[in-house]
Amino acid sequence: MPKLDDLDLTLETGSKGKKLISPAIAALVPIVAFAVGVHLYSNELLLTYMAIYIALAQGINIIYGFTGYLPFGYFGFFGVGAYASGLVMLDYNVPPVLAVIIGGVAGALVGAILLPLFRLRGAYFAIGTLAASEAIYTIISNPSLQSITNGPYGLNLAGFYSSGTAYGTAIALAALSILATSFVRSSKFGLTLKAIRDDSYSASMAGVNVPRQRFYAWLIAAAIAGMAGSVFGWSTSVFYPQAVFDPALSVLAIVFALFGGVGTIWGPTIGTVVLYAIYNAIGVSNPQYFQLIYGMVIVLLVLFAPRGLAGFWNYITTKITTVRAKND
Amino acid sequence: MLFEYAVIGGILLGIFYALLAVGLNVVYGAQKIINLAHGDIIMLGGYGAWELYNTYHISPILSTIIVIPITVLFGYLLNRLIAPRLVKASDPEMLSLILFFGLSEVIQALASLVFGSAERSLPVSSIPTSRLVLFGQGYPATWWVSALVIIPLLAIFVIFLYRTSIGLQVRAVISDSVEAAVAGINSKRVSGIYFGIGFALAACAGVWGVFIFGGVSPTEGAAITITAFAIIVFGSLGNTLGTIAAGIIFGIFYQLAQVYIPSWSNLVPYALVIATMLIRPQGLFGRRQRIA
Repeated sequence: MPKLDDLDLTLETGSKGKKLISPAIAALVPIVAFAVGVHLYSNELLLTYMAIYIALAQGINIIYGFTGYLPFGYFGFFGVGAYASGLVMLDYNVPPVLAVIIGGVAGALVGAILLPLFRLRGAYFAIGTLAASEAIYTIISNPSLQSITNGPYGLNLAGFYSSGTAYGTAIALAALSILATSFVRSSKFGLTLKAIRDDSYSASMAGVNVPRQRFYAWLIAAAIAGMAGSVFGWSTSVFYPQAVFDPALSVLAIVFALFGGVGTIWGPTIGTVVLYAIYNAIGVSNPQYFQLIYGMVIVLLVLFAPRGLAGFWNYITTKITTVRAKND
Repeated sequence: MLFEYAVIGGILLGIFYALLAVGLNVVYGAQKIINLAHGDIIMLGGYGAWELYNTYHISPILSTIIVIPITVLFGYLLNRLIAPRLVKASDPEMLSLILFFGLSEVIQALASLVFGSAERSLPVSSIPTSRLVLFGQGYPATWWVSALVIIPLLAIFVIFLYRTSIGLQVRAVISDSVEAAVAGINSKRVSGIYFGIGFALAACAGVWGVFIFGGVSPTEGAAITITAFAIIVFGSLGNTLGTIAAGIIFGIFYQLAQVYIPSWSNLVPYALVIATMLIRPQGLFGRRQRIA
């Protein structure tokens, strides 16, 4: 099995032009696909959710793929974003698109509050974030806070619903998250993150401010989830706290990202599109079968292909080049 | 009066929580495996008890013993299957976390396919039903009967671990598997068996979970895993006696919260795990190294 340090450490090399073009393609292809897709496939809400999941998978990619910290409690930011944006819309009549940004800020704020969790490593961090998000859920959905958050009864945003704008915002968010990943991947920032992930001690010896760099990645991931939650709440119109604080959100985002391949730009996007399409083909009527499939996908990935589809792709392309080289 | 009620009830329930958590600690034991499917094994134990009672009319007290050999075998085989790959990995702890997370999803899916998603419960009449009266307060039968069954079970486990030769081998492997192997211990087999025992303890807890939680359903696993994790972190990872003590303390905390601030009582496990990790990461009874 390849170890962590076998994962590609390459900074995107090539000319300056290529550096700008390849992230642009990575973001543009989904935009065009979504814009065309809605005319071919009428279920707009489903496509909205797919875009939201792309953003979440990219968020997981940024925090897990580049720092090695796996937040099981990622759904907490999603829920906080949904509530923050929903409440500013309801209480202060803030326009939805602005509310989505406020949701992202709220996600990042909670991320900053949860910063002490970074004292934990590996599995402790994963479970620590899970506990933190469950705690936030218990607080927000608590009947004692009904006057502020409407407690267990959720929010009704039906008055703000507008299908086209919500869909457009979801696509923009997906594109933004892809751009954020490409920025992280091809910048010095991304390189320091990888250095931290692979050996934080050596990284700090080399002059990297380990906690600060990690903090930035965490804030970006939290803000993406916050905005994703906001768009979800807005496009769903009526939601209960358990729908936006659903551990399954983290689960799916993690599976999508792992399946596509973390640490890459395309991996999480492709992983989400493929698995979410399968989910909607069989998962909606038979969720257990889908759960069975993705559970097995995780087990097999961990045991046999820890780098996901992207690793598989690299394997094939390397094989082809070696064969070609031999033939020459 | 309310306070005494909460404390005594908390101790009775805490004995159950000790068993609930101790299996997770045992699985962590030799190979540093975080068993995210712990709650799902507990859930399977619950379904086992349900089937045994409804098909063969076997008392849950007896089922507690029947599930042990089956789960030990299951755990042992699973361990032999995955351990070689985990040991080779650069970060086995993290990898096991994701692996068992996948396993947890598989078990949950299979359970809802086989048993359906509706909650099932056992009639209280399947165990002795008289209430326990202490200091003028009555406690439900399920509380004291489960405590009465679990105390000898935990005692046997502790005796096994500290007073038998296999127990000695287990502790040797936990403290240093390489040196244990040098001393002639078959560390793979010993850790496999110990892993299986962890599963068995979880399944035993599951039998009583049907009563304490009021039923068993395919999706209950994740929340139970967090609670169990909170307890073992609180009582120091890898420390068996610490876990048992932490389980009882957790029971008391939880019961006090239930009595005085019922709408916030669900926060107890989460607050406990976060507070422990941040304030005293080595846990109540931890020594030496910092583990988190």
